[in-house]
Parts: sequence; C-alpha cells; structure tokens
Amino acid sequence: MLSLAVLIPLAGALTLALMPQLREAQARTAAIAVAAVPLVLLLLVWIGFDGAFASVEEVPWMPAIGIAWRMGVDGISLSLGLMSAVVFLAAVAWPMAPLPRARAYYAWLLFLTGVSLGLFFALDMIVFYVFFDLSLVGMYFLIGRWGHGEAQAAALKFFVYTLAGSLLILIGIIVLALSMPETTFDMRAVIAEAPLARSGLTASLVLLAFVIGFGIKTPLFPVHTWLPPAHVDAPGPASAILAGVLLKMGTYGMVRFLLQMMPDTFSRWALPVAIVAVISILWGAFVALGQGNLKRRIAYTSVNHMGYTVLGIAVAGSALGTEAARAMALTGAVVEMIAHGLITGSLFLIAGAFWQRRQDYEMNHYGGIAGVAPKLTGAAALASFASLGLPGLAGFVAELHIFLGAFVVYPWLAAIGLIGILITAALFLQMLRQVFFGEVTSQTDSVFPDLTRSEVLVLSGMLALVVLIGVWPLWLLDLIDAAAALPAGA
Amino acid sequence: MPVGDLAPELAVLLTAVGVLILAMFLPHRHHAACAWTAVGGLATAGLFALDQLQESRLTFSGTFALDGATGWTRLLILSATALCVLLAPRWFASDRRHGEFYAVLLFSTLGAMAMAGAADLMQLVMGVLLSSITGYTLAAYHRNWAISLEAGMKYFLVGALANALMVIGVVLVMGMMGTTGYEGLAGRPMTDALTLTGLMLLLAGLFFKLGAVPAHAWMPDVAEGAPAPAAAFLTVVPKIAAAVALIRLVQLIPAGDSAVRLLIAIVAAATMTLGNLAALWQTDVRRLIGWSSVSQSGYALMAVAVAGSAVALPALLIFLAAYAAANIAAFGVVTYLRGRTELRDYSGLFGTRPFAATVLVIAFLSLVGIPPLAGFVGKFALFLAALEGGLAWLAVIAVANSVLSLVYYLRVAAPMAFERREDTPQTLGRSAGLATVVAGALIFILSASAGGLWSGANITLLPQPPVEYHSE
Repeated sequence: MLSLAVLIPLAGALTLALMPQLREAQARTAAIAVAAVPLVLLLLVWIGFDGAFASVEEVPWMPAIGIAWRMGVDGISLSLGLMSAVVFLAAVAWPMAPLPRARAYYAWLLFLTGVSLGLFFALDMIVFYVFFDLSLVGMYFLIGRWGHGEAQAAALKFFVYTLAGSLLILIGIIVLALSMPETTFDMRAVIAEAPLARSGLTASLVLLAFVIGFGIKTPLFPVHTWLPPAHVDAPGPASAILAGVLLKMGTYGMVRFLLQMMPDTFSRWALPVAIVAVISILWGAFVALGQGNLKRRIAYTSVNHMGYTVLGIAVAGSALGTEAARAMALTGAVVEMIAHGLITGSLFLIAGAFWQRRQDYEMNHYGGIAGVAPKLTGAAALASFASLGLPGLAGFVAELHIFLGAFVVYPWLAAIGLIGILITAALFLQMLRQVFFGEVTSQTDSVFPDLTRSEVLVLSGMLALVVLIGVWPLWLLDLIDAAAALPAGA
Repeated sequence: MPVGDLAPELAVLLTAVGVLILAMFLPHRHHAACAWTAVGGLATAGLFALDQLQESRLTFSGTFALDGATGWTRLLILSATALCVLLAPRWFASDRRHGEFYAVLLFSTLGAMAMAGAADLMQLVMGVLLSSITGYTLAAYHRNWAISLEAGMKYFLVGALANALMVIGVVLVMGMMGTTGYEGLAGRPMTDALTLTGLMLLLAGLFFKLGAVPAHAWMPDVAEGAPAPAAAFLTVVPKIAAAVALIRLVQLIPAGDSAVRLLIAIVAAATMTLGNLAALWQTDVRRLIGWSSVSQSGYALMAVAVAGSAVALPALLIFLAAYAAANIAAFGVVTYLRGRTELRDYSGLFGTRPFAATVLVIAFLSLVGIPPLAGFVGKFALFLAALEGGLAWLAVIAVANSVLSLVYYLRVAAPMAFERREDTPQTLGRSAGLATVVAGALIFILSASAGGLWSGANITLLPQPPVEYHSE
C-alpha cells in the first residue's frame, strides 16, 4: 500500500512526461486525479494502523550490504505523509493557467509527490537518501523552469547547498551502517541497536554531519541563506511544497537519525542544537519583520517556525527533565511540522495569487485589498493568525506543546524563544494592516480580482484542517503518539 | 600454455586483423560493414569472457590473471568499445580511412584488456604501450584538423614520457626484487629507495593511462580535439584498464606499508579537486567532459587507495561501469548532435531534441552521483570502501568535490532546460542515437542490478598477497 502511494505518482509523472498530445487542462485534471490516489491510500493505511512500523514492505536491492526497498510507517511518518499528500493535492490543484509547458510542470509535481512520500515511508537509510536527493532534482527543475526573477540562480543555490548537506548525510549513514554488528541499512535495526553509543569523537562527528546536513534542509541559522531566494523566485505551488513538505525532510531526518538512532550522542549535544534552534527562531522572526517583500517575509517565518520544531526535537533528545516533558516537546515538534506545512503552504499559495494577479510582491505597493477581495483577505487573515499562534488554530497547539516541554528542560532558552512568537505576531499583523487594510493603491484598484472558485476550494480545504487541528487536536496527537518514538531509557 | 585462456583477447585480435583486411578491399562507401564486423567480434569476445567469468587462477606462467577482476573488466571494456564503435559509422563516413579506424580501435581495446589482466610487469608494460600507441592515432585521426592533431601530439608527448619512466620503473623493480611476476612480488616489503623509486615510476605510467595528476594534462585536449567517438573511447577504456591494473599492483604491497596507499589517496584528492576546479570555467562542452573525466579518475583512485579490502574491488568495478555508461552517453549525445561543442549551442535543447537532452542530463546527474542512477551506486560503494578503510578525510574531500562538480554540470544542463531556441539542431545517424540511448538506459539498469552483481559475482583479484589486509 505504501509502495503504491509512492510509485503511482511516479508512474503518473512518467506517463505525463511521455504524452505530448495532452492539453494543459487535461494534464491538470489527470495530475489532480493521480495526486488524490496517495491521499486515499494513506487514509486506508491509517484505518488499519496499529502502532510503530506498520504496513511494512521489503524487497531486496543489494543484499550483500543490507540494502533493501523497505517501507513502513509509525505515527510520525504517517501523519507527515498525510499532510504531504494534502499539500501536494492542493499544489497540483492550484490553478496556474496560462502555464508554459504545463505537462512537464504537472509531471514534476507528481514526481515530487512520490519522492516526498517515499522519503517519509522509507525504512532503509539508503532509500531515504535516494528520495532525499531526488527531491532536490525535482525542485531544481520546478524553480528553474517556472520560477521568475533570478530563478536559475536561486535554483542553483538551492541545489548546491542542499546537495552538500545530503552528501554529508550519506557519509553519516555509511558510518552508522558500518558500525552495526553486521552491515545493514535497515532503520529499524539501527534504531534498536543505536550504535556508536560509546565511540566519542566518531559519534560526535557523525552527529555533526547529520546536524549540518539536515540543518541545511530545515533550514537552521546560519545555513538558511538558500531559502529566501528559492522561495521568492519559485512559483507559488512550488513554494508551498518547498515550505510545506521539503523542509520537513530535515526535521523528520533529525527525529529518525539523531533522536532515534544516536540518542546517547544526541543527548550530549542537545543543548547546542537547542541554542542554534533558538537563534533561528529569533533570526527568522527579526529578519522577516524587516522584509518589504511579501514572499520573502513568509519565507523567513519558515526559518522561525522550523526553529520551534528543532527546539522541540532537541528538548526531546536532551535526556533531562521528565519523560512526559520530552514526549510533550516531541509531540509539539511533529504537530508544528504538520501545522507549518498546512499554514505556510496556504500562505505561499496566497502569495502566488498576488503574483498571478500583479507580478509584484512588494507589500507597500498594495493596500486596502479587504475592500475589493474579501475572500482573499479572509484566507490570508486566517492563515496569518494560525501562523502567529492564535489559540484555536493549529500553530497554537504545536507551540504550546513545544514550550511546555522546553520550559521543563531548558527554561531560559524557552523564555528567549518566546520573544520569537511576539515578533511573529507583530510582523503578521503589520503585513495584514499594510496589504489588506489601509489606503487603496494603484496595484489594488477596483479591478483587483478576488479568489476564483478553485482557489477558494483549495485554500478552504487546507485551512479547514488548520482549524480542525486547532479546535480538536486529540486525533492527531493520538496518531503521532510521540512517547512511543522517544528512545527508551534516554 | 592453454591458448584458450586468452580466447577473448584472441577474438579481438583476429577481428582487428579481419577488419583491417576488409577495409583494404571494401569500397569506401561500404566501410560501415567494418563497424558491424567489429561489433560482431567484440560480441564473440564477450561470450568467451562470460564463459571464463568464474575462473580464478594465473595462467601463461603467471603472467596473466584469469580472475573475477579480469573477467568483469573484459566485459566492461568490450561493451564500452562496442558502444563507441556504434557511435562512429556516420561520423567517419567521409573519412578516407574510415574502415581502419575500427582496426585501430580494436588494437587499443586489446591493449586495455592486456593491461587489466596483467600479472607481470613486462606484460603490463606491453599492454600500456599497445593501448597508448593506438591511442595517439585515435586522438589525431582527423589529421587535417589542427585541434585534433594537437590533441594527438599532447597525448603522445605526455604518454611517451610516462611510458619511458614506466619502463625504467620496471627495470628498477626487477633489479631490486629479482622478478617481474606479481606472484613473486606479492606481500614482499618494498621499502628501499630504489625499489620505491621504481614503484613510483610504475605508478606514474598508470596514472597517465588513468588520467590522474600529474599525468592528466592530455585528457581535456583529447576530449576536445579527438573525433568524438574516439574521445568517448579514450576517456573511458584505457581508464578502466588502468584502474584495474593499479588496484592489482597496489594490492601486492603489504598492508602494513601504508606509504604507497597514502600517496594514492593524496593523488586521488588532488586529481578530483583539480579536475573539478578546471572544469568549472570551461565553455566547451567536450573539454568540460574531459576535465570531469579527470576528476572521475580521482574518485576511482579512492578504491585503489584501500586495495586489499573486501569492498575495494567491487566498489571500483561498479564505479567504473557507471562512469563508462555515463561518459559514453555524454559523448554519444555530443556525437549525435554532430559534435557541437560550444556551451551556448546546447541552450534550449530540451525543447528541440528532448531525448538527447534527457540522456545528457541523466548522464551528468549520474556523474554527480544523484540516486538512483548508476553513478550514485558507484560513488556510494567508493564512500563505503573509503570509510571502511579509515580514509574518512578522503571521503569528505570527495563529497566537497561532488558538490563542486554539480555546479559545472548544471552550467550545461540549466540552459538546456530553461532557455528556448528556434532552430532544431541536426543529428547524426541512427547507430549513434542507438548507442547513446543504450548507454543512457544502462545508467538505470546498472544501478538496479548492482546489488545482484555485488553479492553473486566472482570478484577475486589475483595474486592475493600472503598476508590478509585488515581494515580498521
């Protein structure tokens, strides 16, 4: 079932790429249909889900050194997979017409769908790595071909930066596998064995490789600089995928590799990681506040929000405080990933709507949109409030859990991190005031079109989930079941 | 002396002679028949080689190793050559010496095979010389074109020096150790100054064939100036042979003696770094591929530096196979597009020649090591071997280089994908297209089948040193 959820979009991408006679609208319809398949399959997996590493599938690839196509889910990866499937469906369904080379565009989107799901479901470190790298290729072509402005430079920077990180991860993976009693890349075996526990410098270096590699993808300060250009110059749906799904690969990797495979070493280095996370929180928030470009501002809030996630993971791996607090922080981190995926995904789609209408992201060129485009204003306001952590919305649930855990383990860091929330609130409110209220400008005269019906459909689907998680998070918390993912006895 | 042990080599030799005779008697317009004869001969040789794949012994009085390494390398060399032959017919159609090209190519193949299987220094030198002399001819085959002549000339000058030094090295080693047979050399300490000097000179000769620092200078010139099918051959086949010859030679050195292995590791680091830095600024696609070939030699040397460990040889073979497929695919596209080589000629290719563009991008991504392409499996195996052998620093340098290499591969790929052009470039013949597509498909097939090859294959490397090499 999981393999199908991965392979069907990939096969769909190939089919789209090889069918030259397809027209734009047909390609879009076909892509929506294919993108919906994984979501349905994953809902079925969820119904039959019964605790860690369910629905396991295994096909040998390089048996001599313990590499196989291994798929399976626990609560964390299943919830992330579900979120990704939703974000991808939304991105594919987002209307882009008129679109040059539409067929290739939808093929790449489907390719990324399969690749991202494959990454979250992989139970083999090499298969994980394969999908990690493929996500770069897909995003590179999406940004380079359908981006605007300095798209090629941004795409190149993105590719080079993250490839550097991913190769460090590969080195780490190989060392982990070699340090097993018998060389294997099976994640379950490595998690159970937790090798490198007592091997001082080697373990620390491997940890460093993972932190840098996943930190680039997440992205953490100071290796976040690829993110703003990539986001600003990418088309809206690609940004939504980049922020909503691809960034999660970094934090998901931290949970799997740092927290679960190297708990002992991670607990020794949790404090520095937490400090870097807090710096990212503040840096992201302050820099976002200084941006006049709508999309760049949202991009920097991603640095801020992913900082919360990493803080949660670091707290969970700290081996300090109570187990309940650590489980709380990890729950928060996972909910933050999901909430950020849905919320920031929506925000980038909204930013994309601005670009499609006016080819302009400068906030001070806009004003008074509330008067001409009430639906757009409503969606943007809801997403912004969710992003700044308003109670009753998904972001609040996540940040509450993270900070409840963090205050037990690192109270000072948590206190400093809270400043980030204040600034985020300020920057979103300032954005809303500038763009949607205030003076009407030439860019927002009376013909500024409101959201179309399909845009409303996509956004309301994503934002409904944000509200649902905010009001009634229990089903999600049950599914994630972070306590089970915490390393035993850490 | 069982002549049958050399059946693949003999098949290539006889085919070469046959092709030469054919080329003399056939009218020029039928010279393409020589190509098909060559392919037939290579296929026959391949069948003989397949038959001997499970052997593991020395033959011809210990001068030739009939083991897994030779077996797989023979297959690799033969298939790579066959693809290069397929690239050639239309390219040379107007060349007066069209048919002879295949004969020279086959003699060069024979030299490469002799090099790969050599278990005696004299035999090794013979293989190197045969492969080199034919190589100069291939590089300068367009004798009326200055750039081709220059390529042949540079190849010859660097090669003559390297080969002369190599012969001196053989003399020194033989004088000090009393033998040139690998069996007699295996595991014996080679620590005195003269033997070490001899060994270094030997290595220099093989570094030349491999295209490694400091004897790499010919590689970009040959890639740029040689006829594109010959460039595909010269950047791939001698390199395969040299890498296998090197690992066989280095394995003889006792494991405790780490100086030579350290030297190889340093050369590996220098070669990959230099190749990549030089490739960054190229505006000529063929030259760029040439420099990238230099850097790929550096990666291959990673496996040589840990020669003796269980994963070193399979890692090297998988890497070489992946490299061969990708490099021939890249040169195949260049050939298919009638040798166009300016970077700007490639912009917008995705729109006008989607299949050629796709193959080129896949070849480049495979050379970077992007999964699930064959190049990834090759690089992954090399990293595994290097890390297991305690060469983590080398693996880290290789990582940095892979990132660097991405930049220049994308300098070609990005305009192909992101720009538009109006005119559709002309192409060259069906057989070149076929070879290109086959090489491109191999990039996928190799990575899917690497696992089976790895676990089931005979991967012996003779002669084994008496003392086992223990990794840290």
